[in-house]
Amino acid sequence: MAFFDIYLLEALINGILLGGVFALLSLGLNLIFGVIDVVWICYAELIMLGMYGMYFVYSVYHAPFAVAAVTCIAGVAVLGVILHVLVIAPLLGAAPINQLLATGGVLFFLQSAATVMFGIEFKNLGLRLPVLKAAGMFISYARLLAFAAALVGMVLVYLFLSRTYTGAAIRAIAQDRQIMTLMGVDTRRIYLITSALGGALAGLAACLLVLLYDVHPFVGLSFGPIIFLICVLGGLGNLAGGFVAAFVFAEIISLGGLYLDLEWGYVFAFVFFIVMMCLRPEGLLPRRS
Amino acid sequence: MRRALPFIAGAALVALPFVYHAPYPLHILVMILIWSFAYTSWSMMGRFGLVSLGHGGFMGIGAYVTALLWNHAGVSPWIGIPLALVASGVLAVVVAYPCFRFRIIGHYFALVTLALSGIVLQVITATRDWTGGSLGYTPERYQGGSLLYALQFTSKATWYLIALGVWAAGLYVWRLVDRSMMRYALEAISEDEDGAAATGVHVTAEKLKITVLSAVMTALAGALYCQYQMFISPDTVSGIAISLQMVFAVVVGGIYVSLGPTVGAVITIMLAEVLRISFGTRAVGWDNLVYGVLLVIFIIFLPKGILGSLLDLKRPRAAATLTRSPARSA
Repeated sequence: MAFFDIYLLEALINGILLGGVFALLSLGLNLIFGVIDVVWICYAELIMLGMYGMYFVYSVYHAPFAVAAVTCIAGVAVLGVILHVLVIAPLLGAAPINQLLATGGVLFFLQSAATVMFGIEFKNLGLRLPVLKAAGMFISYARLLAFAAALVGMVLVYLFLSRTYTGAAIRAIAQDRQIMTLMGVDTRRIYLITSALGGALAGLAACLLVLLYDVHPFVGLSFGPIIFLICVLGGLGNLAGGFVAAFVFAEIISLGGLYLDLEWGYVFAFVFFIVMMCLRPEGLLPRRS
Repeated sequence: MRRALPFIAGAALVALPFVYHAPYPLHILVMILIWSFAYTSWSMMGRFGLVSLGHGGFMGIGAYVTALLWNHAGVSPWIGIPLALVASGVLAVVVAYPCFRFRIIGHYFALVTLALSGIVLQVITATRDWTGGSLGYTPERYQGGSLLYALQFTSKATWYLIALGVWAAGLYVWRLVDRSMMRYALEAISEDEDGAAATGVHVTAEKLKITVLSAVMTALAGALYCQYQMFISPDTVSGIAISLQMVFAVVVGGIYVSLGPTVGAVITIMLAEVLRISFGTRAVGWDNLVYGVLLVIFIIFLPKGILGSLLDLKRPRAAATLTRSPARSA
């Protein structure tokens, strides 16, 4: 059974790396969740547009990868701001479920806009990173990169939130949105900054995801639901909780995929989510209040 | 005259296939009726602020359990459909009871039920040896004997009458709920759970009742869809996209009025068909593009939907008492 152990180890390591990808994907969503208290259900579609952006800038206009990445991050950040101004801002006072449904409409819109503009063919950069072979295991280099980017991204966001004035204002608004206006903080400006930051993180995720998966208009549906569940499981707006939840989910999916099919891995992850929601509705790492 | 209107309209709808039976318009009408019924089922609980994104899952169970029992066990849909409804009801209890017990409400409830949609979709895909996975699944055509036994009809007019009957029954159930004490209990709950509990409403039980009713009706819509189309795939009867489609159509039509979901179904299906006919394959994606924009605009400007807002315009005085409802949560 020595063989079996190596497969298990490989699945575990790949689970950790997949967790890195999930963590990166859910980072921006979690921030918006926590600060603006709005569920951008179309977040995965912003990532999808970012992936298309990467495809066009890199493969069609032949810009260097770094330039493409910066363009893509900036572009999605602008999209985040537009989304906030057009859709979220008029609904800030409405019931949370209305906000969720409105961004659901944006999801439909972005998906079909991509279908109309780019067609339904699968596209990729034609850039395949090597697969790392270590001790008889195969580890995707691109996942390793995404894992590293998620770590760096989280540290940067953490530093931004804890060390800068704007970051302090963002955290304060997440705690009490009424009182901050009285303290001389322009709530609207903070919301715009947060939306831009969330968008930029979606763009960052897109740059790396495009190395792992082909892009097509419905790619968002394949990971969108997972990243919401990760944010909720981690405790909304709790960045560290989201990070832990991403790895738990990824391990469940990876191990489920090892013993059964990948789909069963997802089923177990969803069931785990529902059970955890009932046991710990506050999330894995509840926030101290 | 006002009292007679539903009967006149009903008689006209029943008489329609005997007078006019071009297959294509009848097909569109059957689709509208089946989806109207599904949307009505969704808004049974949606109107009380219980926004579920799991109804794609219930619909998938209705369709797949019926078809699987027929193909693999030879069970007639007359037994298979009730079994599917029971399965859907049981699933609704299993997921909803803990949610209500632990007070998972609002967008948390929506996200838990979103996971439910995901589960059903993935299970259907994962058991591809049985269900055909994402390639879809076809109930076998019944060879010989009565077609009634297999609930398979080739005539569109027959299906039209069946769908009409089920749709009307759905509206009747809506009316029953609308006139029951349950409605007041649920409205109280959606305003303030603690307040409702304090006045003696059994919050968990009331919410559970309406959820099971809604889930069972949605499963029936799925089973009907399967028997009519004779082809189902995870993407057409289950999953998150279908759940969102239900929410969308109901919000556009009007969530608080009985015919709102029907209006929503008429608008969405006609829109898709008109685009498909006038633009052909170039129209791929355009219908959803329009839906998406409409959904956003409706939620921002007309949260009561088209029919709800029209009725308000007609009866400004009645509207004053109704305007409190959308503020609650649509």
